[in-house]
Amino acid sequence: MALYSDKVMDHFQHPRNVGKMENADGIGEVGNAKCGDIMRMYIKVDKDTQVITDVKFNTFGCGSAIATSSMATELIKGKPITEALQLSNKAVVEALDGLPAHKIHCSVLAEEAVRAAVRDYYDKNGISYGDELKACEGHCETCGHDA
Amino acid sequence: MNVYADNAATTAASDTALAAMLPCFQEIYGNPSSLHTPGQRAGEKLEAARELFAHHLHADPRGITFTSGGSEADNQALRSAAALGAQKGKKHILSTKFEHHAILHTLQALEKEGFEVTLLDIPADGVVTAEQVREAIRPDTCLVSVMFANNEIGTIQPVSEIGAVCRAAGVLFHTDAVQAAGHLPIDVEAMQIDMLSISAHKFHGPKGVGVLYAKRGIPLVNVIYGGAQERGKRAGTENIPGICGAAAAFDEACVNMERNAAYLTPLRDKLITGLTQIPHSILNGDAKRRLPGNVNICFEGIEGESLLLLLDEKGIAASSGSACTSGSLDPSHVLLALGRPHEVAHGSLRLSLSEYNRPEEIDYILETVPGIVSYLRDMSPVWDELERGQKPHLI
Repeated sequence: MALYSDKVMDHFQHPRNVGKMENADGIGEVGNAKCGDIMRMYIKVDKDTQVITDVKFNTFGCGSAIATSSMATELIKGKPITEALQLSNKAVVEALDGLPAHKIHCSVLAEEAVRAAVRDYYDKNGISYGDELKACEGHCETCGHDA
Repeated sequence: MNVYADNAATTAASDTALAAMLPCFQEIYGNPSSLHTPGQRAGEKLEAARELFAHHLHADPRGITFTSGGSEADNQALRSAAALGAQKGKKHILSTKFEHHAILHTLQALEKEGFEVTLLDIPADGVVTAEQVREAIRPDTCLVSVMFANNEIGTIQPVSEIGAVCRAAGVLFHTDAVQAAGHLPIDVEAMQIDMLSISAHKFHGPKGVGVLYAKRGIPLVNVIYGGAQERGKRAGTENIPGICGAAAAFDEACVNMERNAAYLTPLRDKLITGLTQIPHSILNGDAKRRLPGNVNICFEGIEGESLLLLLDEKGIAASSGSACTSGSLDPSHVLLALGRPHEVAHGSLRLSLSEYNRPEEIDYILETVPGIVSYLRDMSPVWDELERGQKPHLI
């Protein structure tokens, strides 16, 4: 199908880091089954270095939802948390050689999933964070993310 | 193996249709509106095609108008009935929630123009009743439009009974027969159908050709203005190759209808039986009152587009009513009207067969689908929650 780039199809057909993680340090879940997309991201963090040493994901959704999840895990694996939080949906889209316009929200979801996992890690470890990391409230249509 | 199981979307043109079309490009290429012999030869082809459609529909050939397809036929039918109703001060139209968008969006446009529209609810089996229609008809109802068979779930509507209710109430009855034509017997006289829409590419005819049947005495309103083609009701030089292909395909489909249905029904039922053995799956629409080639099943915990992409990778072409495939945020309006929750409707799979499908292709589908469903469920956080009992299964 020409709907997606080869890169998207590759990550959809051969998703990286897919599966559950036992004893994850942070778990973030975003999306809504009603809307047709849910991403759950698990992170393992080295407490001393604050580096994300492992990432896993489970996704319910379309081809691009699975591909963006997969790409997001690759982009943050082995990175310090501070760097992972800089991950933008745009970076995910670019790494996948683009997404159809009506699928951009999937990349936003991937970015949100990373942030939700980090937030969960911070909450569990009593690490404070600012408003910029507050939860996405799921108003997808009115969200100001780059589309 | 490559399996094309999306015949409700469109079909391959038959050899018969193609053979009927080819001479119309370089031999019989005249314009039927021309006075000369080449033009008149094309005109003869056009009238022969009209008669063929009329014959199989049990209709008067003068009631047959060729259009660019099912959508145009639907638009013109509704607009014509609405205009006639407005003349009599009747501005209420009755239809159903699971019509094709060619109907629903035309009705929305008519609402903006001052018409009132009632859409009937869809019973759980996907079959609207004549009683529902009878109860909803009002003194100011000018038209009832109920599809012959649903395009997504394949359920066959009680057209004869609805026709009788409408005739008794003195209300025009239109049926969108795009999915039914060539697959189910149609007799516009016996079924008391006043208007009917057909699309040729759903029965191995070419794309871009449709038919609007309107009973004599119902004045059609133009959707396309211009020349005097089709008695002035549909301007534009007639698509003679397409119309000839459509008529040949319709003739072939009607002549072989019983044989095709007898061939397809067991294949359909085998798919339904096999696929509903997958845990937490459900058939959409009545198991028996459905088109001979239609299978539509929801699988809980997965999303349709990813299912389609993985099936495509295995060579199976199918369709889904998920939001991602509908191009909107909502899944199929048909599945929602049927009462499926959003999260279940996202996981639908429609397989639509034609007589070109071979029995071994059915086996291949049955071998392939369960593995893909289970692969996607393993990846799905929704399925994880369902299986761990954090959320109740909906199906």
